[in-house]
Amino acid sequence: MVETDIRVNLADLELHSPLVLASGVWGCAAETLIRAAAAGAGAVTSKSCSVLPRRGHPNPAVLPWQGGLINAVGLANPGAAEERDILHRAQQSLRPLGVPLIASIYGGTPEEYARAAGLVAEAAPDIIEVNISCPNVQSEFGYPFALEASAAAEVTSAVRSAYRGRLFIKLSPNAPDIVAVAAAVVRAGADGLTAVNTMGPGMLIDTHARCPILSNKAGGISGTALRPIALRCVYDISQAVCVPIIGTGGIDSGEAALQMVMAGASAVGVGSALAGEGAAVFERINRELAILMRTEGITRLGEVRGCAHG
Amino acid sequence: MAEPIYSCMRVARVIHEGTCGVTLILDNVLPCQAGQFVMVWLPGIEERPFTLMNDVPATLTIADIGPLTHALCALKMGDSVWLRGPYGHGFPVFGDKLLLIGGGSGVASLALLAKRARSSGLQVRAAVGARSAGLLMLGWYLADLCGKLTLTTDDGSRGLRGSVLQAAETDMPWATAVYACGPEAMLRALANMRATGVPPCWVSLERVMRCGIGVCGSCHCGEHLVCADGPVFAIEQVAVALNNPHP
Repeated sequence: MVETDIRVNLADLELHSPLVLASGVWGCAAETLIRAAAAGAGAVTSKSCSVLPRRGHPNPAVLPWQGGLINAVGLANPGAAEERDILHRAQQSLRPLGVPLIASIYGGTPEEYARAAGLVAEAAPDIIEVNISCPNVQSEFGYPFALEASAAAEVTSAVRSAYRGRLFIKLSPNAPDIVAVAAAVVRAGADGLTAVNTMGPGMLIDTHARCPILSNKAGGISGTALRPIALRCVYDISQAVCVPIIGTGGIDSGEAALQMVMAGASAVGVGSALAGEGAAVFERINRELAILMRTEGITRLGEVRGCAHG
Repeated sequence: MAEPIYSCMRVARVIHEGTCGVTLILDNVLPCQAGQFVMVWLPGIEERPFTLMNDVPATLTIADIGPLTHALCALKMGDSVWLRGPYGHGFPVFGDKLLLIGGGSGVASLALLAKRARSSGLQVRAAVGARSAGLLMLGWYLADLCGKLTLTTDDGSRGLRGSVLQAAETDMPWATAVYACGPEAMLRALANMRATGVPPCWVSLERVMRCGIGVCGSCHCGEHLVCADGPVFAIEQVAVALNNPHP
């Protein structure tokens, strides 16, 4: 019987588990970030914050459906200054746990991204993740920067000039050429990638109401329905760039997590799977992953990272 | 198969509660634990969480305090309401003498507990308070279920003048368990009474919610998510968070 070790290295950070609490899930408060870490997440990501506070879209904003979740929260956040304080409080407890903190930022322009990065950097997160791929705010901001390589690179360059620490860019599964976007943001200074954000936007219609359910009408699709698309994105990107990838999209089991690593991910995001199951999902996936690795004769995840490429 | 997200129900009966609230009795059932909640949606307006005041038939008690509740209060017999859930955890029953403390519209969260407890042969007492007489809710309903019902108003326009918590204090030595829902200041005061030796106590918290299923994190109270871990908590679980409301 082989001894398994689920620790991974992510941009020179040691994670005791490959599971990363994805942005937008639970990350509103220091206390919930800490709880996810204590429950077994290897790293935790805060909810995206912008320079100024945002109320987000009215309810209905998050709904469960058979394929996972649909959401149009609309980047509700308290603003980067308050977020900095939340992150600071979180970091004080996360450091002793050995769980890296990833701070997610959002902006309407490259300059706003840079300002948000400067503010949250004061809380000393271990990584700043740049959300250029939210599909729920198109009516306000137009198409996400992540859909086009030069726009994505422009945001990356702006943040890179304002922040010297580890910089990850969160990509969109909706990009016509996600590999080109990935290559462009890496050339512009990204140290890593998170792939992917929600897809769509999609829509749910209520038969009796005869109208879309979400107040924003459309919203990002996550969960099980996203998994095959996320796998393909990570598979394609990891062949083209040499930076670590947090593979995110529909990960709800040890087997799904291992498949994401086989596609080329260094770590694995978990988001929608918290619905219903809560923080216990981290302990369960960690346990399933260790058992599966033993069954498959895998000692460390690095042995099979990207092995699906053959 | 495109399964519906919501149960669409129609209003079967409207009961006016004081001067600015209603109880909506719907035309279908939604079995739940006492204290669980549903997300209630009116298309084109909003969706918010409400505790089910009754489940057979599904019944909501609403105070008119915002756009959605205003629209709900204007519904008439035959109008449609959309519900998803029930979600969260309800009240555990502890012992055989239950004391319910409801402030404002929070009393709606306790009504089903009173009904279930009474049908199980338990004794129930309740203290229900509001700012003034016109804002008192569900007194008519609890009067039949409770061996003792104390009404309070801040201005003394009905029942005892003063806080509902103060009025309930006299019944605490009698009770095997206390159940409370109402304004956060009331719950905080209750949490801070713990040192003086009141019975085991559970509270139902109210928060702005988005998902209702423990994923978005909007409704956190300290490390707890009110939608998935609550809305009912043993008061010790949330006492620190109630006293230290971080943003």
